[in-house]
Amino acid sequence: MKVTTLTINGELVSASPGATVLEAARENGIRIPTLCALEGLSTVGACRLCLVEVKGSPRLQPACVTAADEGMEVSTDTDRLRRYRSMILELLFAERNHVCPVCVANGHCELQDRARQAGMDHVRLPYQHPDLPVDITHARFGVDHNRCILCTRCIRVCDELEGAHTWDLAGRGTNARVITDLNQPWGDAVSCTSCGKCAEACPTGAIFKQGSTVGEMEHRSDRIRFISAARARKEWSP
Amino acid sequence: MTKKGRILTIDPVTRLEGHAKITLHLDDDGQVADARFHVTEFRGFEKFCEGRPLWEMPGITGRICGICPVSHLLASAKAGDDILAVAIPPAADKLRRLMNLGQIIQSHALSFFHLSAPDLLLGMDSDPAKRNVFGLMAAEPKIARDGIRLRQFGQEVIEALGGKKIHPSWAVPGGVRAPLSEESRERLKARLPEALRIAEEALELFRKISGRFSEEADALGNFPSLFLGLVTRDGGWEHYDGVLRVMDAEGAIIADQVDPREYRTLIAEAVEPWSYLKFPYYRKHGYPDGAYRVGPLARLNLCERMPTPLAEEARREFRRTAGDKPVTSSFFYHYARLVEIIASVETAATLLDDPDLLSSHVRAEAGINRTSGVGVSEAPRGTLFHDYQVDEHGLILKVNLIIATGQNNLAMNRTVLQAARHYIRNRKIPEGFLNRIEAGVRAFDPCLSCSTHAFGQMPLQVVLFGPEGETLDERTRE
Repeated sequence: MKVTTLTINGELVSASPGATVLEAARENGIRIPTLCALEGLSTVGACRLCLVEVKGSPRLQPACVTAADEGMEVSTDTDRLRRYRSMILELLFAERNHVCPVCVANGHCELQDRARQAGMDHVRLPYQHPDLPVDITHARFGVDHNRCILCTRCIRVCDELEGAHTWDLAGRGTNARVITDLNQPWGDAVSCTSCGKCAEACPTGAIFKQGSTVGEMEHRSDRIRFISAARARKEWSP
Repeated sequence: MTKKGRILTIDPVTRLEGHAKITLHLDDDGQVADARFHVTEFRGFEKFCEGRPLWEMPGITGRICGICPVSHLLASAKAGDDILAVAIPPAADKLRRLMNLGQIIQSHALSFFHLSAPDLLLGMDSDPAKRNVFGLMAAEPKIARDGIRLRQFGQEVIEALGGKKIHPSWAVPGGVRAPLSEESRERLKARLPEALRIAEEALELFRKISGRFSEEADALGNFPSLFLGLVTRDGGWEHYDGVLRVMDAEGAIIADQVDPREYRTLIAEAVEPWSYLKFPYYRKHGYPDGAYRVGPLARLNLCERMPTPLAEEARREFRRTAGDKPVTSSFFYHYARLVEIIASVETAATLLDDPDLLSSHVRAEAGINRTSGVGVSEAPRGTLFHDYQVDEHGLILKVNLIIATGQNNLAMNRTVLQAARHYIRNRKIPEGFLNRIEAGVRAFDPCLSCSTHAFGQMPLQVVLFGPEGETLDERTRE
């Protein structure tokens, strides 16, 4: 099949057939910040952090779900994009209760990393301080909704890789929550296989291993990539 | 306060950790009718920890304070041990002890050299613009440098164990996260001789100059009170574990061998509308008669011996200043602090030779085996209690923290009143007299659950109000 040729940040690059703009950029060593995207899982375009400018389109496009087209001219790092990304990050921080210094994922958090890379030094919006619960009824894992950014990685990994579909999304807008089974305490969720893929996939401290103390929760999202790639290659098939 | 009285306000109180003000209530004759030490900051940790997993508590409560995070870290981890119902590995116990010694050294050095030495060495009446650690550097560079080096040593002990000097989240329910590395151990050992020299010289210096402060020693919080703190089972000095002991002003031991988990049998707490700090008191004597003091002065009064030779010699000399009675002047908190620095450096030296410190068995794993737990240790400023209740999964339901400074609250208020009555006799009040009232509080080294370091550069505003609220006199220190 023919490769796609497009321009990213003024440079002519080629992308694999069927690649998204995000994949095309990564294939060519161009970094676009992401949060909800995780290699090995389907893409949903939920976080909007990967927005890019496409010449001829007045609207910004999420790179993770935009196909790389022949002759496309894409910009990934403009003042406008930086402004939007900062605002998206600040909205995420303001929406729930992200307190990095005492978080189990401090130092190993993708939200924290993105904020640092974006140079975010304060939040211009009023913090919402919602009163959200922590569920540690599961024997091995816990979920703290205060730290959830609704990226839905847990939902996708549980459904697409584990095949359990324990996780899902309930509610709308600011009332949206990830839930286990039909909104039962995690410890009562009969569909959960306790595989821990959700904890590895979570970008923040929202899903963690029981007993984790400050900064101890290191997510291994590379394992998700590994499992997914091995399955795609049928490495474990007879 | 009498109806036509005046109120004099010292706000903020400088060179202590946190935010506070002092009000002096004068009657019509200009005599001090009452005096209060108000803690004006509100933190709310007991409330917002509710709903958090137990495991996060050491990390969260360590954030109460930037000076003594280790004290909260350890008390919280111990409350966690109690809820897990585990005996932590012996190496973890020793490592925690070593960190607490580092904490005592750095905090005591800060109190003595950075905060109080300007009063003691430059003089209570010296120029307020220079009566701070920078003025001390200019006038007594060697002493200032020594103080900074000693504090640095304490901080390095903390860093070597916890990975960082401030807010390490290293102690956890069940033990600690990592042992000491061989390299760190050697580095710390190399610094011991200098630390001990500085501690001994500071004690010598204090003994030499304390004669100049005989009036202050009498007027700044010299009164009978109870003393409370931890001692070892056989009555020795203790800083991390042990049993609770209470002594009266005559030196009689009125409670002993009390399991720290039973602290509620000894202590109750009162609340006053004019301060965010609670007022703990000795339950049997009621409020406010049950006022007791904690911290270095209390610990040296309570214990029968120090664990190391130089410190024991220093303790004996300290106790001789009061004959066979306990030392009751709060001014001698400074003295007791210096004795404790020597004890901490000596004890750290012994611990650093223990091969257990390098053991990798430092963390006991367990689930929630009790729904309540108490952790008690000696913070630099005194006995610290963390008392948690959790649900069956380990989510925090209730938190009670009794901090050392709170336990000294009644005594600090009495100190302010005593100092004010001694130094304020009419409408015009020299600045140095106000500084002495502040120094009375500083002797306790109160840590007002602080995140702010306030010292001599902060402005001090004193306003003398008339009976109708009119300003009679005003002094401002820039």
